[in-house]
Amino acid sequence: MTTTSLADEVGRRDHAAWKAPNEAAYRRRERSETTVLAALAVPGLLLIGAIALTPIAWLFWLSFRSGSDFTFEHYERLLHPTYTLTLQTTFELSFLVTAICIALGYPLAYLISQVRPRLAGFLLLLVLFPVWTSLLVRCYAWLVLLQRRGVVNSWLQDMGLIDAPLRLMHNFTGTTIGMVHIMLPFMVLPLYATMRSINRDYMRAAANLGASPVKAFWGVFVPLSFPGLFAGIIIVFVLCLGFYVTPALLGGGRVMMWSMQIERNVTYHSDWGAASALGVVLLAMTLAILWGVGRLIGFDRIVGGR
Amino acid sequence: MMGKCGGAISLVCTALLLAAPQAAAQEKKTLTISSWGGAFQKAQKEAWFGIVEKELNVVIKEDNTSGIADVRTQVASGKPTWDLTTQGAYSCALLEKEGRLEKFDAETMKALTDIPTTIGRSEHCAPQIVYSVAIGWRDKAYPGKVPEGWAALWDVKNFPGQRSIRKHPIYALEMALIADGVPMDKLYPLDVERAFKKLEQLKPHVLVWWSSGAQSAQVLKDGEVDMVAAWNGRIQALENEPEGKGGKIKTTFNQQIIVSDSWMIPKGAPNKELAMKAIAIMSRPEVNARISNYINYAPSNTKSYDTGVIPKEKLPNLPNSPENFGKGFVQDNSWWVNNADAMVKRFDAFLQR
Repeated sequence: MTTTSLADEVGRRDHAAWKAPNEAAYRRRERSETTVLAALAVPGLLLIGAIALTPIAWLFWLSFRSGSDFTFEHYERLLHPTYTLTLQTTFELSFLVTAICIALGYPLAYLISQVRPRLAGFLLLLVLFPVWTSLLVRCYAWLVLLQRRGVVNSWLQDMGLIDAPLRLMHNFTGTTIGMVHIMLPFMVLPLYATMRSINRDYMRAAANLGASPVKAFWGVFVPLSFPGLFAGIIIVFVLCLGFYVTPALLGGGRVMMWSMQIERNVTYHSDWGAASALGVVLLAMTLAILWGVGRLIGFDRIVGGR
Repeated sequence: MMGKCGGAISLVCTALLLAAPQAAAQEKKTLTISSWGGAFQKAQKEAWFGIVEKELNVVIKEDNTSGIADVRTQVASGKPTWDLTTQGAYSCALLEKEGRLEKFDAETMKALTDIPTTIGRSEHCAPQIVYSVAIGWRDKAYPGKVPEGWAALWDVKNFPGQRSIRKHPIYALEMALIADGVPMDKLYPLDVERAFKKLEQLKPHVLVWWSSGAQSAQVLKDGEVDMVAAWNGRIQALENEPEGKGGKIKTTFNQQIIVSDSWMIPKGAPNKELAMKAIAIMSRPEVNARISNYINYAPSNTKSYDTGVIPKEKLPNLPNSPENFGKGFVQDNSWWVNNADAMVKRFDAFLQR
């Protein structure tokens, strides 16, 4: 960041045909700073290359191999209805979970960003608390709550609200509930970070110019919170696409996710090609979504929080 | 899962092993055996491993497996660390077809004579235990009634309620055909169209398609479902445990699908000769029989029942004891080896529609 802004500044000055008295020193400083930054980044880049890119490249390679031949068979298999149906489920579930996370997470993040710092810290702790608990434990907790003779159903029955137990789990509903619970912090945190940095003077200015509180909120606050919202949407949606444990435990076996098909392929087929092809497809779709979102709103706005 | 050490722990393990006196290491060879972990591996250890260690003068190092993919990875690595592993008989037949297993020598084959080929014995697979897929139900759900066979699973009029069956075609197709009237001895080759048509009728009544033995037991115990098709050991364990929300659990061996687990040696195993000797010891009737004294699984060697090692009162609980064996049928692995891939795909699509 520093180097680019420095370069920008120098460029702008060049444009204005204005020469800084110490321009040569500026340039030298810029070069050495770039070198230092590059050197500092090398270990990180090597690590990413070794632990992230190499396996991906290897999977990609495997997905086109059958024995020692080049093949498209692993991709042709994916046209079978079992995979298209799974893909449909995966996207439906991911969309739904993301939408519910927005509906629940936005007001919550707004509340936290508006209260006194000490209370905000406490509320954030409550949001973060589940993240520190094992995913598996949380899923089993839902199992205890949602099953036919579980806590929720016996409650509702005791209060006389329902006659027969509701089907809250072993289906799409249960999976959605469990996944929303796990994903919510990933929506709230980026939203909160963005909302906290929104200058309240903008809202006051809007009010000063005659906007009603509702109008000021929708016209000023919400657009300013978009970077956090988009970051949350991307994190939640992409994580949902690769979900495994929650649908496996709460879906009753009928909610089939892409990741489960990968597992089934590793287990039941004699080579890794089939599973690799599934992995490559998931990766390609995720990248396509990221690229689309990036085109639409620009990445630096999301990651830079500006 | 229990046996999987973290990186730091395994470093410590290695360090301790290295620190062991050199002399002892030279005297005793190590035989690495992987199994399913938990209560089963503990039973294997107590029933068999001690005897093998003594007779062969080796130290047995235990590891865990979570399925066929482990063996494939081991063999693909070119340097398997396991000398011996246990997998389902069907997985063994599949690995055999893929050429990933060591062939037993003549002496080992002789030791396996009394293990029937029907339960999966071959030149690469040595069945060690027998178990079955049976019906388990909550007694409270059907007071005074007994679901006598797979037809009862489909009979929602007389046996209303929720079901749970495995999320895999491997027992479901056989159950469906028997429920539809196909005699147990005329099942194979399976009439796939007929089976899926029958399964379609059952689908609305299946609440949980289970993917682990523990899950099949949990849903029955908690009363989530009223009837399951599950592994006999899992259901019988519930019979003996304190009752859960689901109340008393019952089971029957009628029309049971008999399956087995086999020993096998991954291709390129470091101590394959020793591994074969170990298999021979564990297959001896009087040794093989011991497993039933530690867990509700049955011996694979038919002569085991003549040794008197298994107490009389245990016999009604074992799927292949003389009184129970005839009640069911043995699953045909060879059909599944050739058809599983297509069936799994079709089944998964069926499940999602």
